[in-house]
Amino acid sequence: MGAGHGHKLHFHGHSPVHRAPAHLKILGLLVFMLVVVATPREWFAVFGVYLALLVGVIALSRVPFGYIGRRMVVEVPFVLFALLMPLVATGPRVDVLGLGLAEAGLLAAWGLLAKGTLGVIASLTLAATTEPRDLLVGLERLRVPAQLVQIIGFMIRYLDVVTDELRRMRVARESRGFQSGGLRSWPVHARTAGALFIRSYERGERVHLAMLSRGYQSSAAPHRKTKGTADQGSGSLR
Amino acid sequence: MSTPVLDVQGLAYAYPDGHQALYGVDLHVHAGERVALLGPNGAGKTTLVLHLNGILTAGAGSVAVSGLPVVKENLQEIRRRVGVVFQDPDDQLFMPTVRDDVAFGPSNLGMRGAALQQRVMEALDKVGMADFADRPPHHLSFGQRRRVAVATVLAMEPEILVLDEPSSNLDPASRRELAEILRSLDVTVLMVTHDLPYAFELCPRSVVLSDGVIVTDGATYDVLTDDALMSEHRLELPFGFDPRANVNRLPG
Repeated sequence: MGAGHGHKLHFHGHSPVHRAPAHLKILGLLVFMLVVVATPREWFAVFGVYLALLVGVIALSRVPFGYIGRRMVVEVPFVLFALLMPLVATGPRVDVLGLGLAEAGLLAAWGLLAKGTLGVIASLTLAATTEPRDLLVGLERLRVPAQLVQIIGFMIRYLDVVTDELRRMRVARESRGFQSGGLRSWPVHARTAGALFIRSYERGERVHLAMLSRGYQSSAAPHRKTKGTADQGSGSLR
Repeated sequence: MSTPVLDVQGLAYAYPDGHQALYGVDLHVHAGERVALLGPNGAGKTTLVLHLNGILTAGAGSVAVSGLPVVKENLQEIRRRVGVVFQDPDDQLFMPTVRDDVAFGPSNLGMRGAALQQRVMEALDKVGMADFADRPPHHLSFGQRRRVAVATVLAMEPEILVLDEPSSNLDPASRRELAEILRSLDVTVLMVTHDLPYAFELCPRSVVLSDGVIVTDGATYDVLTDDALMSEHRLELPFGFDPRANVNRLPG
């Protein structure tokens, strides 16, 4: 079927941003986000500077802005929540287009929107310029516990497999005349999710068995792992 | 001749990523026929199947089922008329019990109550799985799951049964049982496969799909014994199988 190659968030390129070591990029994202979150939301101009910084990095990476922009729809639920805040917050009110909105709510909504959007753009930029495999290596270099890195690795490895499985289940369902939409389709979706969960769980067991039969030792204490076995771990997760 | 059950004309399709899978497919299947759709991996067989019940929409050309065009307004009726059994029964079976799963299709068509239960048991009877109605599908053997998957589609009383690789992953006994079931059904069958002996055993007529076009349409015996055609389209008989030696052993 027409499944694309590579990761859906990654944009292939050879810019300096692409080539920078993954662990530095992860660290950069972390520091950037901590600074953004710690900035008082009344410092409006400073957020402009942050945005300019991000735009600069994206321009340097030559990832098209539209590419990042399209993927920002992931933020929509937060935006809806932010838009609700001025309506439900209490306190002094101001009139905007005839609506009485709470000042505190407006400010909170602005803070949530600005910080959230900056976070989403920054994360998408990291994802667009870094291969998942490099991200794992970067996390390992940052001394993130090996088991955690492995779990993330498995997630990346099997996300597409599970998505594909879900797609085939959807096709099989629709082929039997099922039409999604409305409250009455929810039980069907719930059962699909249940079946998918059981199947993914069973697949996990099979994968684990296959790993064990190739000599994998999950009980080995992480701190006793040599560099070699750690690399092997992430290498097998591609 | 009467209106064909399946009428595919000039069907072309390219995936959104630009990969063209079908280049103008013409195919007619008449009521009561059992037709094998043969072709190497990547020939576009599954893509063609997904057009037959409107999961994919034709880029060019048309598909009609008993005269009803496969277009958005007719999808519900089309999916009743065309029963697709997918290669992996696990994709099809997702309900807690076999009974619920077989009931899923007809209840989507609005059936309820006693009529629905009767339809379910009839379908399970046809595939010899009536005793397993209250078992969870994932506790059944692979061959049993494949038969239940056939029942989930039979319960919708389709006009044509489309099977995607029905014999894959089956042991020889399950394979034979499924063949007997398929032969006993009074329904038009289009069977997608690269299991050539199975096609020979079940389908008097075969069409070969290669590189997105139908290259041959004829009697299965003639197709399988045409060595030049076979090798040109990467079709190979399994070791030790010769249609010429087995033609007299075909079941009636």
